[in-house]
Amino acid sequence: MALKKTSDAFVPARRAGPVRTWALQHIGTSAGALGRLARQPFASLMTVLVIAVTLALPAAMHLIIKNVQSISGSWENALDFSVYLKSGTSVEDAHRLADLIRQRADVRAVNLIPADQALEEFKSESGFGAALDHLSVNPLPHTLVVRPASGNTEQSMTLMHEELGNLPETDFVQADTEWVQRFHAILDILQRAIAIGAALLGAAIVVIIGNTIRLDIQNRREEIEVTKLIGASNGFVRRPFLWSGLWYGLGGGLLALALVGYGLVALREPAGRLAGLYNSPFRILSLDLNESLLIIGTGVSLGLAGSWLAAARHMRRIEPR
Amino acid sequence: MIRLENVTKRFPGGQEALKCLTLAVDRGEMVFVTGHSGAGKSTLLRLIALIDRPTDGQVIVDGQNTRRVSRRKIPAYRRQIGMVFQDHKLLYDRSVFDNVGLPLVIAGVGHRDAARKVRAALDQVGLLHKEKRNPETLSTGEQQRVGIARAIVSRPKLLIADEPTGNLDPDLSLEVMRIFRRFNEVGVTLLIASHDIALIDQLGCRRIPLENGSVAVHEEEDFVSEYAERLGVVAEPEQWR
Repeated sequence: MALKKTSDAFVPARRAGPVRTWALQHIGTSAGALGRLARQPFASLMTVLVIAVTLALPAAMHLIIKNVQSISGSWENALDFSVYLKSGTSVEDAHRLADLIRQRADVRAVNLIPADQALEEFKSESGFGAALDHLSVNPLPHTLVVRPASGNTEQSMTLMHEELGNLPETDFVQADTEWVQRFHAILDILQRAIAIGAALLGAAIVVIIGNTIRLDIQNRREEIEVTKLIGASNGFVRRPFLWSGLWYGLGGGLLALALVGYGLVALREPAGRLAGLYNSPFRILSLDLNESLLIIGTGVSLGLAGSWLAAARHMRRIEPR
Repeated sequence: MIRLENVTKRFPGGQEALKCLTLAVDRGEMVFVTGHSGAGKSTLLRLIALIDRPTDGQVIVDGQNTRRVSRRKIPAYRRQIGMVFQDHKLLYDRSVFDNVGLPLVIAGVGHRDAARKVRAALDQVGLLHKEKRNPETLSTGEQQRVGIARAIVSRPKLLIADEPTGNLDPDLSLEVMRIFRRFNEVGVTLLIASHDIALIDQLGCRRIPLENGSVAVHEEEDFVSEYAERLGVVAEPEQWR
């Protein structure tokens, strides 16, 4: 208590703490910067709109990929297995095996392609008809085409793949996932391309905001000179411009979310109708909380970066004359 | 309060604005720097405000050698000095109140405290009733008084003014000088550049005449004798009090 009394005696009552002062200055400056933007609503809106479109573009592309992935992800779990039986397995055994597999809950249908039928099809479709006539024995095995039920997950598919392979009559099980894998590889490339495009667009935002702030600095050159003349530091003069950049970025981010949201609402109905025609439970995925925050955060940080660059470059040169 | 030792200021073009200038202003003095335009008055004030640095010599303000004030420290240095300009240098996008309060905002003075100080400063220049106006709507004389209020709002020990009455008619000039005089009476040191010799003579303050960047010796001698003479003969006019 005694200590507190002494310190009270030395600290002038009216003086605000440095942190409090700093916070109050920032609140004042941020409000001032916002007010300045509000006084030129059209110009500010244009800048915000450009940023919003630039942010919304990669966000929309990302959403498209995300939705396509979610659709194709369900395909992978509904692919047929081709079960090639060991040569020497009789047609009767093959039929019995087919019936057995058909009873599994995770299987929707099993189609037996006997070796003879396969050879006939091969002859007629491959064009090697005459050459194949010279074969003394049929080299093709009996094949079971197993179509899994729709409720399968990735794990249950792997399990089924293993179990089919472990059957004593099975020679080899092939899952027809190759084209889906290729498709996913293409999606990966697209995603990478979108990331590169997003980086370029991000750079564009920095340039747009930097340029806007540069013009703003030029317009307020006299004010900057006067404030420096009466003792303002570079930091003090820079502050309102950083806040402007931040507001532009924040506005752009929020508007980008609104644009993407509007697009989703517009697409939801026709997409639902299409999914209905295919009897699919598919619903358009929208941006989740993290993605939304990422867009806003990107807008804010790019806004700050742009204004910082402009302020650092141009503020130093403005000195009172 | 201010000491210049052998100060030379040479501009990139080669012309010398100040040549080996030595002068001193004591604490609590009110001193006028006079001379024709181009004599080096403004350069002198610019060196004191650290808008420029001397080519050679020392400028010592309130015990600080300006040579040792780094670029980063200039803002803090300037905050100790009140400055008044011929063209007021007010900001026309904000009210009189905000203009006067700007140095306090820069210094981070709390809102309530600042408001009190701004009103006190405006009261001293007689413009308390116009705090909400935009400076653009004020007359030149009033704008200059706003500039003065801004210069003194953070209670600097030193006030420098470059041609503060340059754009004012004699009556308004008198008004401004009277305000300066009042500050001087409460201990503020003032260094004022002016070419209005008639007005200065009326005030009876020390005068440092500059000529081509140096103190014009003869003129000062003349002035000193004249000043002494005047002190002996006429009492200071009542209106200056």
